[in-house]
Order: sequence, then C-alpha cells, then structure tokens
Amino acid sequence: MNKQAEDRKKAGKEPLIRITKRAELSVRGARLLRIGAFLLALAAGAIFILCLGYNPFLIYGVILSGSFRSAMAVQAMVKLMIPLLISALGITLAFKMKFWNIGAEGQIIMGAIFASYFALFHDQLPHPVLILVMLVAGFVGGGLFGLVPAYFKAKFNTNETLFTLMLNYIALNTIVLLRDGPWRDPESPGFPKIARFSANATLDRVFGVQAGWIIGLILVVVIAVYLKYSKQGYEIRVVGESQATARYAGMNVKKIVLRTMFLSGGICGVAGVCQAAGSDITLATSVAGGVGFTAIIVAWLGHLEPLEILLFTFFFAVLEKGSTVAQSTYGLSSNCASVLQGIILFFILGCEFFIRYQFTVRKRGVR
Amino acid sequence: MFLKFIVAAIVSGTPLLFGTLGEIAHEKCGHLNLGVEGMMSIGACAGFMTGYYTDRFWIAILAAFAAGVLSALVYAFLTVTLMANQNVTGLTMTIFGIGLSNFIGVTVLATTSSGTLKLSEHIMAQMGNIHIPVLSDLPVVGQLLFSYDPFVYVGVAIALAMGFYYNHTKVGLNVQAIGENPAAADAAGIRVTKLKYLNIMIGGGICGIGGAYCPMIINGGKWISDSVDGLGWIAVALVIFAMWSPNRAIFGSFVFGALRVLKFYVPKSVPVPAAIYDMLPFVITALVLILTSMGKSMGKSQPAACGLNYFREER
Amino acid sequence: MEKTQENSCAIQCQGIRKVFGTVVANDNIDLEVRYGEILALLGENGSGKTTLMNMLSGIYHPDEGRILIDGQQVDISCPTDAMRLGIGMIHQHFKLVDVFSAMDNIVLGTEEKKIKPKILRQKILDISHQFGLEVDPDKKIRQMSVSEKQTVEILKVLYRGARILILDEPTAVLTPQETEKLFAILRSMREQGAAIIIISHKLHEVMDISDRVTILRKGKSIETVNTAETNEKALTEKMVGRPVTLEIERPQTEKHERILDVYHLTVEREDGTTALDDVSFTINTGEILGVAGVAGSGQKELCESIAGLMPVKEGAILHKKQDIIRKTPSEIIELGISMSFVPEDRLGMGLVASMGMTDNMLLKTYHRGKGPFIDRKPNRELAERLVKELEIVTPDVETPVRLMSGGNVQKVLLGREIESDPNLLITAYPVRGLDINSSYLIYDLLNEQKKKQVAILFIGEDLDVLLELSDRIMVLCHGQITGIVDAKEVTKEQIGLMMTGSRAEEVLGNE
Repeated sequence: MNKQAEDRKKAGKEPLIRITKRAELSVRGARLLRIGAFLLALAAGAIFILCLGYNPFLIYGVILSGSFRSAMAVQAMVKLMIPLLISALGITLAFKMKFWNIGAEGQIIMGAIFASYFALFHDQLPHPVLILVMLVAGFVGGGLFGLVPAYFKAKFNTNETLFTLMLNYIALNTIVLLRDGPWRDPESPGFPKIARFSANATLDRVFGVQAGWIIGLILVVVIAVYLKYSKQGYEIRVVGESQATARYAGMNVKKIVLRTMFLSGGICGVAGVCQAAGSDITLATSVAGGVGFTAIIVAWLGHLEPLEILLFTFFFAVLEKGSTVAQSTYGLSSNCASVLQGIILFFILGCEFFIRYQFTVRKRGVR
Repeated sequence: MFLKFIVAAIVSGTPLLFGTLGEIAHEKCGHLNLGVEGMMSIGACAGFMTGYYTDRFWIAILAAFAAGVLSALVYAFLTVTLMANQNVTGLTMTIFGIGLSNFIGVTVLATTSSGTLKLSEHIMAQMGNIHIPVLSDLPVVGQLLFSYDPFVYVGVAIALAMGFYYNHTKVGLNVQAIGENPAAADAAGIRVTKLKYLNIMIGGGICGIGGAYCPMIINGGKWISDSVDGLGWIAVALVIFAMWSPNRAIFGSFVFGALRVLKFYVPKSVPVPAAIYDMLPFVITALVLILTSMGKSMGKSQPAACGLNYFREER
Repeated sequence: MEKTQENSCAIQCQGIRKVFGTVVANDNIDLEVRYGEILALLGENGSGKTTLMNMLSGIYHPDEGRILIDGQQVDISCPTDAMRLGIGMIHQHFKLVDVFSAMDNIVLGTEEKKIKPKILRQKILDISHQFGLEVDPDKKIRQMSVSEKQTVEILKVLYRGARILILDEPTAVLTPQETEKLFAILRSMREQGAAIIIISHKLHEVMDISDRVTILRKGKSIETVNTAETNEKALTEKMVGRPVTLEIERPQTEKHERILDVYHLTVEREDGTTALDDVSFTINTGEILGVAGVAGSGQKELCESIAGLMPVKEGAILHKKQDIIRKTPSEIIELGISMSFVPEDRLGMGLVASMGMTDNMLLKTYHRGKGPFIDRKPNRELAERLVKELEIVTPDVETPVRLMSGGNVQKVLLGREIESDPNLLITAYPVRGLDINSSYLIYDLLNEQKKKQVAILFIGEDLDVLLELSDRIMVLCHGQITGIVDAKEVTKEQIGLMMTGSRAEEVLGNE
C-alpha cells in the first residue's frame, strides 16, 4: 500500500566500511608504509612456516645467516644475484614505458644461445675478444627477441604480455632443439647435453665470483643515469605515461618502443650470457630457470628504481640461498623461497592502496 | 588411429578448457588475470593431495575448486578492493601458486617411503572413463562422445552453462556491463564489487579444477613438480582465440589439445624433432595473437574496461 | 498511486559535507526541491554541484549531514537506494554501455525478472510517447548521436519510475534547437508532478527553464531565489561572489595575412568513418577563427590533422604556402614552423599528469641542444617564471600537475605553448571545466596573442563565448563545413541551425 515508505525502509544503511580518497601520503609516509607492509608479510610468512610445524624464528634465522656463514656462501649468494639483477634492470626499461615485457625468460635464453654459439664453435679467439664477442652476441640475441613483440605491438597493437610469454616457451624449446640435434655433445653418454664451455669461453672470476657482478653494478649506474638524465630516458617516461602526449610532443612512439625493447631484451640477454658463461659453463635448459619472472617482481618491488632494485635483488638472493640452507638443515623445501616472495609482493601490492585511499568506518550517531 | 588422435586431443584439451573458461569469467567482469597458471597449480595440488589422502574423486574435485576460489579471493581482494595493478598481481599469483604447489608436493613427497606420490587404484577407477551401456559401446560415436573421464563432461557442461549465463540471463548481462563500463553499471544500480568478487572467485574455482586434471589424469595420477606446465598461459591466450565466447572456448581448447598431442600421432618416418611439436602450441598462439590484433573490425573484442580497476568516487 | 503530492517537499538536504582527500567539495550545504517544480542548481565549475548530486544518486556518500526524501530521513548508500527512493540522475558524462542496445541499457541493473524483448520494447515505446521522446530501442549506443544518448539516459530513469530527476549540465552538448526540445520534455514532466533539478552554469537557460535557483559557491550553498524575481546579472554576482563584467573583448587588429590554408581536407578515423569531409578554409594572422559544432563533428580531428597527429586521407594544409600534410609533429618543428596546439585532453595529451611543471616544460624543448642528456635548468626557470606571470597556484614546480586544479593546469599548458612564440595557436575547448575567473583570464591571454598578430583557431562549445570572442565562426556538422560567417553578423539560433546541417546560405538568406 504505502510503497514509498516501505522502499525507504529497504534503502540500506550506510555501509560499515567504505573506501574514500585521502590526501596523498608523502614520500616518507609511503616508505614507512611499505616497510610496515614488508614486516607484515614476514609475519604472514612466519605463520605459514608455523603451520608447517617449524619454528619461524629458527627458519628465518637460518635463511638470514645461511648466506653469510662462509665466504663460499656469500659467493654463492652473489652468483644468484647476477642474472636476477641484470634482467630486472632490463625489464625496468620496458616497464617504465608500460610495455609489459614478461618475456625476460625467453630473452635470457636467446642471449645465452647467441653467446653459446661463439663459446662452442669459435673458442679459438683470444680470450678478451671472445668474451666481448659473446657479450655483444648475447645482447643482440636478447635484443632481437625483444624486438619481435615490440614490432607487432607498434604495428598492430598486439598484446605484448601474452606474446612475450609465448616467446618464453618458444625460446626454451629452441634450446631443447639444439641440445637434441646440432649442438648435442657426442662425447656425453646418456641424456643429450650440450658440451661444457672451454676455459677460454668462461667468464673470469673477480674476488672469487664470476665477473657478471661487475657488469650488474655498472648497469645499475648506467640505467639510473639513462632513465633520469638522458633524452631517451625522458622519452621512455613520457611514452609510459601517455602515448598521446608523446606523439603530441613530436616523439616517434614506434621508434621509441622498438629501441627500448631492443635495449630491454638485450640487457636480459646479457644476463643469459653471464649465467651460461659464468655460472653454468654450458648452455642448459635451466639457464633462465624462472629468473625472468622473479626479476619482474624485483623490478616492481624496487619501483623501477635501479638502486632499490639492487637492494631487493640482494634480499631475494639471500632468501633464495638461505632457503637452500634451510632445506639441507631442516628439510624445508627450497620452494619456500618463491612462496615467501609471493607473500611479500602480495602485501606490498596491497599496501600501495593506502597511499591514495583509506577505509572509513561508519560513524555512530549520525542518524 | 585418427579416432585415437581425436580422443587424445580432447583429453589433452580439457585442462585448457577449464583454464580458458575461468579466464573468460575474469575478463568478462573486467579483470585481466595473468594468474591462471598459479590458480591452476594451486588447484592441481589441492585436488591431487585431497584425492591422495581421501581416495574420493568428487571430494578431490571440490577441494580443487575450493582452492581455486581461495586463490581467486586473494586476487580479487588485491585488485577489486585494494585496486592493485592487475598485471603484477596476476604474475605474483602465478609465481606464488607454482611455488606453493611445488612446495607442498615436495613436503608430502618427503613423508613417503617410496619416493613417489601416486593415487590409489581405488580413486583412479572413480575418475576413469565413464561407461554408459549401449551408448558407449556404439562404434566410433561411443568412443568419440561417451567414453571420457568425468572431467571432460563437467568442462563442457560449465562452458555451455556459461554461454547461457552471458547470453540469456540478467545477471550475465549485468556482468558484461561491468566489464564494458563499470561506472555505467554502478550508476544503473548493479552491485559492481559483489559481482566482481563472485565472478572472479567462481572463475578461479574453474581454473582450480582444470589444474587438478593435470596430475590426476594427464600425468596418470602421479605427482610431479610443475605439473600444469604452462597450460595456464595458453589458456589466457585461448580466450582471445575464443573471442570471449565460452562455446567457442570448447572448440579452441580441443584444437590446442590436438596440437599438444600431435607428436605422438605423426608417423615416425616424418623427421621432425620433438621440440618442434612442443613449440607448436605456443607458436600458433603467438600467430593467433598477431592475427586477431591485425583484424580490428573482427566483431567481438576484449571487454572495454578489462585490465582497469574501478573506484566509484574517482573524479 | 498516492495522491499527487503537489508542491510538497521532494528532497531536503541539510548540512551536507563531503571531502575528497584534502579538497572540501561540499561544506554545510542546504537544498530543497518540491514536486512539480524545476530547481536550477547554479554554480561555477568546482563549486560542488555535481558532488552534491552524486550524493543524492548514491554514487558518493556524504561525510556529514542529513538527506530527507518526502520529509523522512534516508541514507542513500548506493545507486539502487536512490532508485528505490524515486531519484534518477542523468550524468553529464553518459553512463551507458556502448556495445549494448538502448533497450539493454534501459533495463540494466533493475531488480525485476528478465522481460521478453517484445514486451519490453513496447513498454519503452509507451513511456517515450508519454513524454514525447524519440528512440529506437534496438539501436546500439555506439551508433547513436549525443542527443540520442541523452534520450536513452532520460528513458532509463523514467523506466525506473523516478519522480525526482537530476540532470547534470544536460545542455552542454546540445544545439540550441535540441535544448529547446529537452526543455519541452522537462516542462511536460513538471506538469506531471515530477521534481526536477537541473545543474547548469548557463544563465539564460537557468532563467528560461527554472522556477527557483539555488546558488553554490566554493562548496557552500549561498542562496535560493525565485527565478521570476531575479536577473542574470544578480545571479552571476551571487555565483562568483563579486560584481563581474560579463563582456569579452574583441580587439581589432591591423594586418591580416594568410597564414594557414586548408584545402579539401578529408580525414578518416581509425574505425574507417569519415571525420572530416572535404574541408577548406583559411586562417589569417591577428584573428580568432571560432569553430562551432555539436561534439564529435570533427573538431578533434581538425586540430590533430593540422598539428600532424593524425593521418590525412586527402587534401592539403599549407602553412605560409608550405605543405605540412603527412608530416609528423617533429618534422613540422624542424621546418621552423612555429605552431602551438592546446588539446582538449590536457592531462592525457598536452601534459604528462604525473610529472611536475619543469618536466612538462621539457616536453617542448627536450630534443633541443646537443648531446644525449637533457638540460632541466632553463626549463625550471621557465616554469618558475610562468608561475609568477600567470599566478599559477602550486606548492612548487616539481609537484605533479595532476594534483593541480583545472584552471592551473590549463595555465601551465597554455603558458608553455605561448612561451614558444607561435604564429598559429590551435586551442580546443580551452575553458572546459574552468571557473569564470580562469575562463576570462584565458580569453584575455588569447586576445593578447591576437594583438601580437598570432592566428588563433578556437574550438568552443559555448556559443555565447564564440560569438563574442571570435572574428569569424566556422560551423562544422558531420565533418563538413556548413558555413564560415562573420561573428558580428550572426545569431546563436542561426549557428544552431548550421550545427544541425543547414547551409549558411539558407540560414542567412531566410533572415
């Protein structure tokens, strides 16, 4: 009968919690927030470990100390950092442009394959020349592999996320193809394998670790300067913000996309060279081994800032190395590392919300 | 021989079908989920382990579904409520999911004396190929249509149900409105957040079942690490191939299933290395991506708001 | 149905407050609307009109204050609540799903069961006849014109049985003739007992349609007056808060040289539809050529093809007799042509939203100078100078421009473009979203450039402004020029007719 009155009653109460915008947090506030989220993530990880029946303090302790218990452990940890750092830096270039290159895995592999060709078939070259040739070949290989999705993105706006992903698997099977066929080591019995590189084609060691770490550190500085102070870096930042603005400013967006993806893929390719010629001393199917994906997390956690990326690479390598120690000490699977990495990123991703928004709880007595 | 190939194609396409359907459910409500691989891995682990310990097939399926729903809840909370970047959240879900599932696998494996994890004959029998008297015994047709494991029928049924949902129900229409223009849907009184959560979670559950298929059927009931092995990624791409239609997803999945088993059915005399066949689905997916992006006016395209988060009070 | 509640209170708002981050959008606002009346909500851009109405329609939630419907306090926490209470809002930016038909959009989100298309179609047609609306229920939204879309929006709220209608700047995108038609529909609704709130900042329309006017200023409700007892001048003073002269200068300049000749320009959009169809015109130095037209008549494409941002199918664009067609913006710059373009999408095209003023100044200059590195110093100085000269309000020149107000953003953009000493300035909707004060400042800036013998192409939407500011007006309709007329010798109605397709010869000949 009195429908209006009834409807009025039906009209809901103010929701208990709602989202509102807030004054944007300052840089310092945001940093504190992230540290808080990070600690919360560690706490969540602790609960996870607890559920498995381990003492989280013990496990965290082992993970932390695991990388520093001996010079050898530190060297092993740094070795883990090298491909992760270099490929995260490569990815940073593409991500700054909002080009979602998740094909680092494939670009690492291609870099390694190109370099391996010289390591396997031209190792009579003088050592410095050979290493240089390998690095350049790796850069070109990874770069070309990055160029393919960039070309189609620029030309037809093909979805780069999925395309780069498919290329990862194509690259992986390319190694298998070479391993089972033309590059198979005839002297190795049993499972097909690619021959070990000669000493001449192996990266030198500096302070007991392969020289890749020097390349990584140099790249940190170069990329930081490139992005912040160079014209090309400025172009990347503008394209990432808005392609319309870039075109408006007279930038050749296609050229920038292609150039940046060549660099991005190329740097990932160098990561592949370091892994193959520095750590594996051969071309194995595991040359990328998921580093390309972890690098995305590192790049994102580091806000695409080279120095922060260095910091998170260090932390992730400690986590990775520590969890292998935890495995040998307590039998806790080393996959634990990727679970913890996932948890940390979930929390950091979630906390970004609080920089711009807040939850508002319903006030009492308003009605 | 050809008949066997078709049957094998359908079996190998089934996890893709689940993954694709799950991703369609996500994209239709505006969320590009790159975490399918992770959600499938989590479902694989939950389904397999539940089957291993309970010996009951349907409970295992339910567990896979529930695990998928839970992982999707995390994804939904981050992307819907906290408005986190969908690309990165999805990727993290993938890394986390694969890691978690391998982690649990290794941990459980450590408790066995044999060093392998295998489902019992009892549960294997429950999820074996169905047999309907008369129908399944028909020549050709019986084998082609009525002799698969239960998953296949569940998958096709979900696909048909989803097709009906989007094309013929009001809720389905509302969901599509959210994917196209959440602000318009919101202003029209549609509960955007609630429907997004629901659809993302159900989609995640469907992915979970697809994941369970990998260790339980494809790997013959034996646990190995990384059992989903990239299928989730193909599923994401298949959504484009199927042009966001659940019905076309059935066809697409079985075509890609066929590609995956092709190497076993090509005569030995053809000198093509196995790696080429393994590469094929990915190469074809890449080609599909290029072709679909070239033809712009090809009717259906991605929901307009896909990949963008929605905040009502955005000004 | 209850007895018509003639002249009883439909909505009362008391002490409404809403804060976005640090911005107080609404502060202690009171408002009252009765059934059977049209209330105009008058206020400048940024005065909080839309925010207030969004709270009535359940999009936002007030931080403080009470809302009463039919005399009873209610809490509107989502659009469904508003609908249940009989409130329907027609948003300025239409909230329609492009790929759906009109019919699907109209029933979208309603709580009733799915209705057979045949019955639904009839139901919609019945409602449209009742109020004199015209719509094709099966037509897809993306194929509709702006006024058709608005009709669908109106039908959407009528279908839900709304008795309180809120229209947010409904005439902004309509021609004078379409506006008249809309007003006829609104009056017919008023006769049938509806309460209508119409948001506007166009004074003559407020005078024309409303019974009472509530004026908002800087988020506060200032006063409510009966329309019959006031005039445009009084309303303006209340709206701005001080006496203002509403006249725009039209300075006379001496030399007129041809600077840009456009010959038979035809441009296609990406989807293959024709945006500009055989367009020819000339711009001279020291004049403002205004461009009028219904939104989407090819204005955007015209600007972008001259600026080298859009591929051209046919024709020629001569800048001082040099063809600049098929040249990219950078090639145009290299030719030494000094042309500036102030696009309508300021933060999405003209500026980089997340960068500060300095980095936005760089957009124009970064490629200059030798070496691979950028030089920020002169740009920082330029940014600081602009802040002083144009009185730009910003904490410092490194604050992201997206955090600045609309007027300040436009000053940054226009300031940067003027700074490059162009001889041709293209501006698209330069005062959109700006308050009156900033708008007049922009007009002054443009006139100053005109006096410096700069040629200005001014894309406008407010016909009154176009008529006062421009020297000549070019009218576009569906990508064709329907006439180029002397602004001093044409009326708004004549422009309106040309905007809907009548040729200048016919329109002016009839007089």
